[in-house]
Amino acid sequence: MKILVCISHVPDTTSKINFTEGDTKFDTNGVQFVINPNDEFGLTRAMWFKEKQGASVDVVNVGGAETEPTLRKALAIGADNAIRVNAEATDGFYVAKQLAKVVQDGGYDLVIAGRESIDYNGGMVPGMLAALTGANFVNTCIGLEVEGDVATAIREIDGGKETSTTRLPLVVGGQKGLVEESDLRIPNMRGIMMARKKPLTVVEAIETAQETKAVKFEKPAPKGEVTLVSPDNVGQLVELLHNEAKAI
Amino acid sequence: MSVLVYTESEGGKFKKAAFEVASYAKEVANMLGTTVTAVSVNANDSSELGNYGVDKVLEIKNEKLTTFNAKAYADSLKQAADKEGAKVVVVSSSADSKFLASMLAVNLNAGYASNVVALPESASPFTVKRTAFTNKAFNLTEISTDVKVIGLSNNAFGLKEVSGAAAAEGFDPSLSDEDFTVNVTSVDRATDKVSIADAEVVVSGGRGLKGPENWGMIEELADVLGAATACSKPVSDMGWRPHGEHVGQTGKPVATNLYIAVGISGAIQHLAGINSSKVKVVINNDPEAPFFKAADYGIVGDAFEVVPQLIEKLKEFKANNA
Repeated sequence: MKILVCISHVPDTTSKINFTEGDTKFDTNGVQFVINPNDEFGLTRAMWFKEKQGASVDVVNVGGAETEPTLRKALAIGADNAIRVNAEATDGFYVAKQLAKVVQDGGYDLVIAGRESIDYNGGMVPGMLAALTGANFVNTCIGLEVEGDVATAIREIDGGKETSTTRLPLVVGGQKGLVEESDLRIPNMRGIMMARKKPLTVVEAIETAQETKAVKFEKPAPKGEVTLVSPDNVGQLVELLHNEAKAI
Repeated sequence: MSVLVYTESEGGKFKKAAFEVASYAKEVANMLGTTVTAVSVNANDSSELGNYGVDKVLEIKNEKLTTFNAKAYADSLKQAADKEGAKVVVVSSSADSKFLASMLAVNLNAGYASNVVALPESASPFTVKRTAFTNKAFNLTEISTDVKVIGLSNNAFGLKEVSGAAAAEGFDPSLSDEDFTVNVTSVDRATDKVSIADAEVVVSGGRGLKGPENWGMIEELADVLGAATACSKPVSDMGWRPHGEHVGQTGKPVATNLYIAVGISGAIQHLAGINSSKVKVVINNDPEAPFFKAADYGIVGDAFEVVPQLIEKLKEFKANNA
């Protein structure tokens, strides 16, 4: 089984978010970048397929040269090959089209992408990639088994979960649950050394239209002070929620 | 060239989100000087949609669509959009709608903006405001394609009732075996509980509750409020509560009218996930907990004393306001 894991290069979850150039660009100053958490769950599940079922695992990112350390980290975790599509990842549709080319050229059976990146939160790439390549698709995937070309996937739905069966080729939009938080791997020294020698191929982007464009960013309005209620007067909270906040 | 809206139903009844996306679609249609066409799948009574601005309903009745199937639904909506010459398609942010929307966008060769929180800022260029960086920021996104898909964030717009009537029309999209290649074998959903996605109020518990055995009062508080229950990341990581309840940056985003956090300190990732909720309440014994900076109302106190009192007071309130 040939697996491709799509890796987004995103600010660490603890990052303070600021913008620059007249609020048109994300301010990367002082920001630590990581593998998108939803992708990391997928990468770790892919490692399981590699170790237990002999799958090969490639990773891909659409981005500039600055994203290569994130790809190297994925190699250090255990991926075999990395591909970087040399383009700025600005629109989900654009990224999906770039990835579709990589999927078609590489003949992958299973593509695991995060259900969304934690920066743009578009949630577009996995479904678009499936539609563009004609693969089956399961989103918000929290469990995945593959036997031969039959896949069993568990999907998180509103208020529960749903199990389905389908065939490869398959794209999943993954998230926590594909593996547990405690299964995530921190690259060890040997992995990091080996990652330096693993192939990281840069491919040029295909020319295609850009369907959407983020033109400006803004931060939420600053919050007012909290209204404190005494623990001896809990009834006051009920009054405030009813009369002032009109929330109940 | 109407605005098309996918109005979701469950067990034949429309979900609240269906009325919200319809309300939104109506105002977009007003901006563009056109009408609203809804698509319903196996819904019993689509006339209700008229109260939220829908002019026409394409009613799909198809046994094969009883269980949600993203590809078949996306293909059905594509055919509906083509038939109506729709330039804007609006869907909700439910798990199912997010599942189908990206495939639908490809089918329609449409630019897609998800997590949209307001009416378009302008129709030309077509620009919408959406959340980004997991609610730590907003971005204005310009969609330049002829057809546009908008995913509306839950509870972002609200319901706008109007007096109107929706004309129903049968619609039978042509679907093939190709549409049914992902087959649902089982669904495991608590039918007696409100889901986080559909809830107007969410009651959430954190590590301060000390153990899963203490969740009874969280559930009781949720019960009194008709709320869904949720939890912080450590609580789900320790297995005290199911993953599906984890809210925050790597869990679920929550955009409710009222969010009550009990024993949650308020890590930046958690606060990001709940930032879009309108009114936030925190109960925590540590006055330095970061959550107090993000909350509207707070009680510094022992959750095990405060929560039972709050349940009592809410019961009294409900009895007096019934």
